[in-house]
Amino acid sequence: MLYAILCYHDEDVVASWSKAEDDAVLAKRKRVQKDFIERGKMGPAVRLVPTTGATTIRGAGSEQVVLDGPFAETKEQLLGFYLVDCENLDEVIDFAKRLKEGESCTFEIRPVRLFEKGVIPELSEATA
Amino acid sequence: MTDLAWIETALVGARPQVMGALLRYFRDLDRAEEAFQEACLRAMKTWPVKGPPRDPAAWLIFVGRNAELDSVRRDSRNTELPEDSAISDLGDAEADMAERLDDSHYRDDILRLMFICCHPDLPATQQVALALRIVCGLTVREIAAAFLVNEKAMEQRITRAKRRIMAADVPFGAPGAAERAERLAAVAAMIYLIFNEGYSASGGEEHVRAPLCVEAIRLARLLLRLFPAEPEVMGLLALMLLQHARTPARLDASGNIVLLEDQDRSLWSRDMIAEGLALVDKAMRHRRPGPYQIQAAIAALHARAARPEDTDWREIALLYQMLERMQPSPVVTLNRAVAVFKAEGPEAALALVEPLADRLSGYFYFHGVRGALLKELGRKAEARVAFDKAIALARTPAEAAHIRQHIDRLMKEGKTKEAAG
Repeated sequence: MLYAILCYHDEDVVASWSKAEDDAVLAKRKRVQKDFIERGKMGPAVRLVPTTGATTIRGAGSEQVVLDGPFAETKEQLLGFYLVDCENLDEVIDFAKRLKEGESCTFEIRPVRLFEKGVIPELSEATA
Repeated sequence: MTDLAWIETALVGARPQVMGALLRYFRDLDRAEEAFQEACLRAMKTWPVKGPPRDPAAWLIFVGRNAELDSVRRDSRNTELPEDSAISDLGDAEADMAERLDDSHYRDDILRLMFICCHPDLPATQQVALALRIVCGLTVREIAAAFLVNEKAMEQRITRAKRRIMAADVPFGAPGAAERAERLAAVAAMIYLIFNEGYSASGGEEHVRAPLCVEAIRLARLLLRLFPAEPEVMGLLALMLLQHARTPARLDASGNIVLLEDQDRSLWSRDMIAEGLALVDKAMRHRRPGPYQIQAAIAALHARAARPEDTDWREIALLYQMLERMQPSPVVTLNRAVAVFKAEGPEAALALVEPLADRLSGYFYFHGVRGALLKELGRKAEARVAFDKAIALARTPAEAAHIRQHIDRLMKEGKTKEAAG
């Protein structure tokens, strides 16, 4: 079963991290992923640009409008997500807890139905 | 994150909005600052016990305003104060209050707070110092360190600047559309000044000045959130992100400047570049070009080039030409000349550079560029004279060292040629 792990946090808090803090968080998360990568359970990991970089399209037909900014102003923002392949919810929860260890962010787990696996070559090459 | 670290981040984040609102209530910077201080103290006492409020900014505005009003009452009539816990225990009042803080109101509050720091009577460095103190909340000690002056001198400078802006007419009414646009332009310029103050650091002082770049980026992000559809604000934020992304590669181990084309591009921050490129893209859609957008577009072309030789110099030369038309300045022409040199060769570039001699004869970089072009054209004696002038005008040891490298190369090439010939 595929699951998305959606990461939420106040983007101002994350933006205030120093490079060292940010690197430490990423390094810790990478360590946790290692075992999932070896066992073929790890899908893409994605970081979203802050919401000031967002563009929103609303309306239908001739009423479509393109707006600057995020879909909704919220206190915490969706900052990124992981895609993982797990046996059941318990396994995802266990993995997500280890991933989140020591961080004040919020993770939301959502089962995923995959329609297309996509053809973007970069996705099979990229490593951060 | 520990309680205290969380609270500190929340206080720093809320500062512009809270200070902006308090300034509107009290119409006095010192009182607004006092009220903010008091609200922060109470937050540190209350929040760890009762948990964070739903809307920290609203809480701080409410508590700060009451505390300051109380202190005024105490000073005048010596009346009995309410229990501290009564003030801190906002309960449901907080929700009502948050509703009353309507968005457009606080947008103008923050803009006003930033705008008063841009008073045209204040020299650029004082605008920057004042904004760092009032808007960003940096301590006088931190600001003094960034400007490489002692704390006392900086304290006096900020006090004088504050007195000056409060003596001037601070516009407290809600601004009209034209006025708002003017304020926005002034504030954008001030934010870029803060950034450049941090970016121009060379060598040893880099570690104390780099935080200014971070503050400037934070302010621009805040401004863009308030005015999400302003392409020039997108351009400003993009420009600073794309330039700041190169910081890890800008100085070598001994603190010398590494030129763009010699930088290790793997050290550039990919996150900042991704965000900067996304913002340039967004801004372009508005088809309302402006100086920040064009400069950001130039920085984007550098960021997009995986190797220096992949740089699209022809496009960069065109962008500089656009910038020249919008904001004529000999320095812009000089930069255009560098791009023309890369795209078309030294002759065309030198033709652009020579007419600038009158206006730029006191500028280190002018002589450096001219020297490099003359060297390319094989006019070595003239190149040497230009480089010597550049060294004499260098403001920092790193600048001088950089020109000396050019001269060394010139001498070495001369010798090998002589030996060969």
